[in-house]
Amino acid sequence: MNILAQAQRDLRVALVGNPNCGKTALFNALTGSRQHVANYPGVTVERKEGGLTTPAGRRVLLLDLPGTYSLRARSPDEVVTRDVVLGTQDAVPPPDLLICVADATNLRLGLRLALELKQTGRPILLALNMFDIARHRGLEIDTDRLAAELGLPVVTAVAVRRGGTAALLEALDRRGDLAEAPLATTTWTPPDATGIRRLQQEADRILQATVRAPDRRDAVTRRLDAVLLHPVAGLAILLAVLFLMFQAVFAWAQPAMDVIDGGFQALGVLVGGLLPAEGALGLLRSFVQDGLIAGVGSVLVFLPQILILFLFILLLEDFGYMARAAFLMDRIMGGAGLHGRAFIPLLSSFACAIPGIMATRVIDSRRDRLATILVAPLMTCSARIPVYTLIIGAFIPDRPVGTGAWGWIGLQGLVMFGLYAAGIASALIMSFVFKRLLWRGTPSEPFMLELPDYKLPRWRNVLLALWQRAQAFLRRAGTIILSMMVVIWFLSSVPRPPEGADRPDIEYSLAYGIGHLVEPVLRPIGFNWQIGVALIPGMAAREVAVASLGTVYAVQDAEEDAAQLGQALAGKWSLATALAFLAWYIFAPQCVATLSVIRRETGSRGWMWFSFGYMLALAYAAAFITFQTARALGAG
Amino acid sequence: MSITFDAAIADIRPAPAICALGSARPGFRGRIRGLRAFESGGLPAEEIERRLLELGFVEGAQVEILHQGLFGGDPIAVRVDAATIALRRREAAAILVEPLE
Repeated sequence: MNILAQAQRDLRVALVGNPNCGKTALFNALTGSRQHVANYPGVTVERKEGGLTTPAGRRVLLLDLPGTYSLRARSPDEVVTRDVVLGTQDAVPPPDLLICVADATNLRLGLRLALELKQTGRPILLALNMFDIARHRGLEIDTDRLAAELGLPVVTAVAVRRGGTAALLEALDRRGDLAEAPLATTTWTPPDATGIRRLQQEADRILQATVRAPDRRDAVTRRLDAVLLHPVAGLAILLAVLFLMFQAVFAWAQPAMDVIDGGFQALGVLVGGLLPAEGALGLLRSFVQDGLIAGVGSVLVFLPQILILFLFILLLEDFGYMARAAFLMDRIMGGAGLHGRAFIPLLSSFACAIPGIMATRVIDSRRDRLATILVAPLMTCSARIPVYTLIIGAFIPDRPVGTGAWGWIGLQGLVMFGLYAAGIASALIMSFVFKRLLWRGTPSEPFMLELPDYKLPRWRNVLLALWQRAQAFLRRAGTIILSMMVVIWFLSSVPRPPEGADRPDIEYSLAYGIGHLVEPVLRPIGFNWQIGVALIPGMAAREVAVASLGTVYAVQDAEEDAAQLGQALAGKWSLATALAFLAWYIFAPQCVATLSVIRRETGSRGWMWFSFGYMLALAYAAAFITFQTARALGAG
Repeated sequence: MSITFDAAIADIRPAPAICALGSARPGFRGRIRGLRAFESGGLPAEEIERRLLELGFVEGAQVEILHQGLFGGDPIAVRVDAATIALRRREAAAILVEPLE
């Protein structure tokens, strides 16, 4: 092996570009599956890194930076981009080369960014992405002239086609010596209005000299927008898309959920057969079967629902529709004191509040971001679905709401819809209240957003992103949720009942003691001690409440057979208690993982406790009102 | 308050009918003649001006209002050269435009 080549370290390259310039698609094309996602220390901004080898055998470490219009950073996302480019990000060594990615069909803002990047003194390569689309639309770009005018090497790229990155890879080979070059000092300072204006006018001049563009918009985008951005039809279509999305989450996920369910059930039986039921090994058997397998299974069963929801969100985002949704919703959300950009984070929160809260980092203003973070956990996340399904299945009769024209609407489905609606309404009301109480008189920040041209989503990009989401969920299931299930199993099984015990095993356990301790507080809202025990792990992860109820009620295989647990509950709870339990879970103080993300995102323990406290208060109040009202009406 | 104006053109011609983009209807086409940013949404005028500039609202750029929202015709989607930008009428009021025939 060549010792010199071995001594040569990897070339560090960073991708910088406007939002929607196809930067991530280019990153995927260059690195394939050799990438991993982590977070920058201290912030939840995603750090995407990947490796690649150039045709000449040079190894390159590629970093995908968050999209930005300028190095004048405003959101946490853009701060990361600025700091990495300037070499002041502690966790990332300064890149040897910046690849400025620009959308060839929409060069104007990308060229200004390239000119601004030039001021940093770092080596830069301009990549004109989506070059095939530009050519297809009749744009003529004189790349040689462009390179001469900018004083930067320019290559073309087609991220979505095989071989579309060949020119870029060759250019990397030509810059292989950069790793040894000394780092130039930067002269960049945040530009004022005059500076930005001058750069844009320079970019416009270069554009005029190098690009001949037909004077028309993308025909597909124009026709689609005529319908999708229509004031009335656009909103109706947005509602239809959301309806379809939830329909899919419930209907399409069922077969996959049944398979996962069956798999864990079979595994439980298999393991149960291997270990004896009595003696010390009986405790081990109970631990493996009820604690480990049932616990992990009860959570993994939601993976299909979460993936379907994310699939929709990723497809809509790739298609270019999400920015339109923000446009359509801006005024409606503005009425509740939320920013138009809060729409996407809140939508993601239907899957899980954690990615939702992380998505708020695209909101520039701290106040607008904070308001969104505080209400995001009120959106009905998928972890509440099992709780709702269990209680509705057990207590709400499965019959149509009415007869004739109303015959197709099921009562159970209507209650489910009502719970979702209550979550949305409470989120809007609370953000309105926060805006009035906490930030009185400060108006919402301006809403300015680029609406990109529509383009067909690429399966490769969507599936890669989906896989990354699945990994994050599995990690969560494997750590927090699993450990909580073990704790609950332990509390409900220890100590073991004495010989000749005549009461159920659970009444000798630690869980029984804890449940009785909290019962007085819960009595006014109609909760018994068993619910008290289930609520505590339910705060670690809401869905665990179902499994915990199962364990506490000592119904074997509760998670595998929700109907059985449902029957047990129907015999033991009053309707008023069941309704109060549902009301509690609309607001249910969020899970530990969400709280820790809130702390990280807001950078303050105070906001974490505030959000925990206000949701706990709302949950208690809602359950109290529901229970007392239901009892007064004779459902107690 | 910061005012930038295309002085040369304003001098030789009789003042063209310059209006604010924020009060124009969908279908309006024009050319940007200046930015007259003011404090909005808790941000100083200078910051509003910089944000508008960063999205390409620079003197000389051609604009067209493509769409508007249902309530109060807000926000609006504006074509700026080859890009489409969504913004509220409040901030669009800072963009001074001369109509094109």
